[in-house]
Amino acid sequence: MEMEVINNLINGGAVTDVLFYVFAALTLLCGVLVIANPFSRSPVTSAMFLVLTILSMAGLFVLLHAFFLAAVQILVYAGAVMVLFLFVIMLLDLKEEERRKLKLFGLLGGLVSVGTVLAIFMRSLAAIKPAGAAPQLEGSTPDLGRLLFSQYVLPFEIVSVLLLVAMVGVILLSKKKLE
Amino acid sequence: MHVGLEHYLTVSFLLFALGLLGVILRRNLIVMYMSLELMLNAANLALVSFSRFNNKLDGQVLVFFIITVAAAEVAVGLALIVALYRKRQSAHVEDLTSMKL
Repeated sequence: MEMEVINNLINGGAVTDVLFYVFAALTLLCGVLVIANPFSRSPVTSAMFLVLTILSMAGLFVLLHAFFLAAVQILVYAGAVMVLFLFVIMLLDLKEEERRKLKLFGLLGGLVSVGTVLAIFMRSLAAIKPAGAAPQLEGSTPDLGRLLFSQYVLPFEIVSVLLLVAMVGVILLSKKKLE
Repeated sequence: MHVGLEHYLTVSFLLFALGLLGVILRRNLIVMYMSLELMLNAANLALVSFSRFNNKLDGQVLVFFIITVAAAEVAVGLALIVALYRKRQSAHVEDLTSMKL
């Protein structure tokens, strides 16, 4: 019953479109507030808006039928990673960042490089041919798991080693005295 | 107009540009790091939408790996920032100039 309602909500064209615009606007707005908040320069505010960005991005993942990834996005990013960020911010006891004068050269260089990247993106966007048929893909969790443990089993194991290495590295880095 | 691949890609591009702008303009190491996360997330969004509109699940598996690697990267990076802060008492890039010629 509930599943049906959700399916109707997701497959019903007009509603999906409206939801896409809502989530996209939220994502971009919160993204702007992460890097340039007019009211606060504190990193904690940036972190909070990053959480909102990630949550609305999980909404976009649901609209793309990537339900498992939406859940992982919330659990890993909004949960674990952001807690780590906030923990470090509290640990460092950062003072409110005073407004330093932006160097003209830095600002100019930044805008030029971002403009270049955007121009390249827009050119590649123009080359995309509109898809004919409606997308059929259902990113169901069993399918994803089957692919992960058959075709991608070697990368999966390597990633687990990577996590171990990262853990050892972090413990070594955060020791009081590096030997 | 029906929402298609172009719409998702536009959002992803804009988010990537925002992250790049944050890395270039902000001077706080931690906020720069958050901007890096924004860029990674933009790549994830592009991959998921490609996967959806090409009817292939491989893109989603790649996003799964990216999320895992990003988690490891955040842990190591934040440990580095903490180690730097212990030595310098600062998390501003302008105070970290010992490798400048």
